[in-house]
Amino acid sequence: MNKDEAILSLTDTMAKFTVYIGKRLPNDVKDKLAELRTMETNPLAKAVYTSMAENQDAADKLDRPSCQDTGVIQYFISAGARFPLLGELEEVLRNATLEATRMGPLRHNAVETFDEKNTGTNTGSRIPWLDWEIVPDDDGATIDVYMAGGGCTLPGSAKVLMPGEGYEGVTDFVFDVITSRGVNACPPLLVGVGVSTSVETAARLSKRAILREVGSHNANPNAALMEKLLEEGLNEVGIGPQGLTGASSVMGVNIEASARHPSTIGVAVSTGCWAHRRGKIRFKADLSYEIISHKGAVL
Amino acid sequence: MTRKILTTPIKDEDLAGLNIGDVIYLTGHLVTCRDVAHRRLIELKRELPVDIRGGAIFHAGPIVRKKADGKFEMVSIGPTTSMRMEKFEKQFIKETGVKLIVGKGGMGPETVEGCMEYKAVHAIFPGGCAVLAATQVEEIERAEWQDLGMPETLWVNRVKEFGPLIISIDTKGNNLIEQNKAVFNEKKKPVVEKIKSQVRFIK
Ligand code: SF4
Repeated sequence: MNKDEAILSLTDTMAKFTVYIGKRLPNDVKDKLAELRTMETNPLAKAVYTSMAENQDAADKLDRPSCQDTGVIQYFISAGARFPLLGELEEVLRNATLEATRMGPLRHNAVETFDEKNTGTNTGSRIPWLDWEIVPDDDGATIDVYMAGGGCTLPGSAKVLMPGEGYEGVTDFVFDVITSRGVNACPPLLVGVGVSTSVETAARLSKRAILREVGSHNANPNAALMEKLLEEGLNEVGIGPQGLTGASSVMGVNIEASARHPSTIGVAVSTGCWAHRRGKIRFKADLSYEIISHKGAVL
Repeated sequence: MTRKILTTPIKDEDLAGLNIGDVIYLTGHLVTCRDVAHRRLIELKRELPVDIRGGAIFHAGPIVRKKADGKFEMVSIGPTTSMRMEKFEKQFIKETGVKLIVGKGGMGPETVEGCMEYKAVHAIFPGGCAVLAATQVEEIERAEWQDLGMPETLWVNRVKEFGPLIISIDTKGNNLIEQNKAVFNEKKKPVVEKIKSQVRFIK
């Protein structure tokens, strides 16, 4: 493959993968929903879980976006410094979004701010949103694609606490956000919490947290303990699917953290809805790829 | 269990026996109607291009495809957050005579008043179940105010046994999601206290 062919090939793969994840949930989410469904006893909640399962079957069979809100497209890139198309990736992902919008079809969800016009292409200033991490001494690239729907984006909040408020304050913050604003975000939710130094660092980490697998744990024992306590606690509140009450509220709570200023605790919450449409794909330098999030997926 | 089915045009008597938490299905016409359509009617005093007296609206912005024969096909249609329409809904019910409002999540006290005074109900369709909903649309009969773009256009859908629709506001002043939220807030207090005692990592 010469460079032009490589660019076309990568664009095509990313367009198809973007469309694919809008139609089928990743394995971890699918498994968790099946588990929560079997644990449910409230008849209304059960009816909703049944509709959810029927919907995913229909989306798969009819090859359609499973939720009408296919979100703002976001790519989280973890690229090796020696990935051959590093400099081209931004353009590639923009074109992949354009193509995915036609192929999907995806709903038109990019409104140019201040001009307040829908671009009709799902691209606009800085959209698709790209988040970069450069991996030294590596020649591959791992890309997470996420469809940030309106409902599941709305609860997002960030704040800087005083250290005196401690992790107790973090607990209050998470519960306030989820119980007041989580109901409309199509629960059961995947809750991402960033614990960090300022609003933007915490917010970015909270988003990274919902890209982590359901059921995975933070490597720090205290953070892992807090994940477990928050998950159990939120489930005890029993929000249930669509806020109709039930045996659970969340698919899980994932925490990502960084060191902080001694005088601040930055905290943020991002939420993923039950239709948590994200995918992880890993490219080698020769652009052969492996789909990590959806076993057996064929593009 | 036999399904309880409402058919448009809906009469006040049809709603009298419905209570929050009941599950119903809709047959007849269901018109998508969300932010800008509400604003145009209430704030800009423009007449809705569709007569929905006795009818049903859906707070939804769908994905629609134009087929080769020029007809529209419903690809994916699910509810959007109803609370965004709270500001307008009471007046909207009064002016249009709509009987069933379908959406996601709860609505507020003004809508509850509107539902009591003018006899209407709000129901929840499970969010995110947009293909399921699309398969229950038999045909898109009309599309009005297309200048608003795909999500905001008034799509007039003929539906068959559209649901499940969970009654969240009935004609007697009950509001399911508000009741649930009160329960969540009550339950939250002891849970939060318990967690706090275990996360005193700053010593
Ligand atoms: S919150 Fe998620 S599932 Fe619900 S409507 Fe939005 S994107 Fe779809």
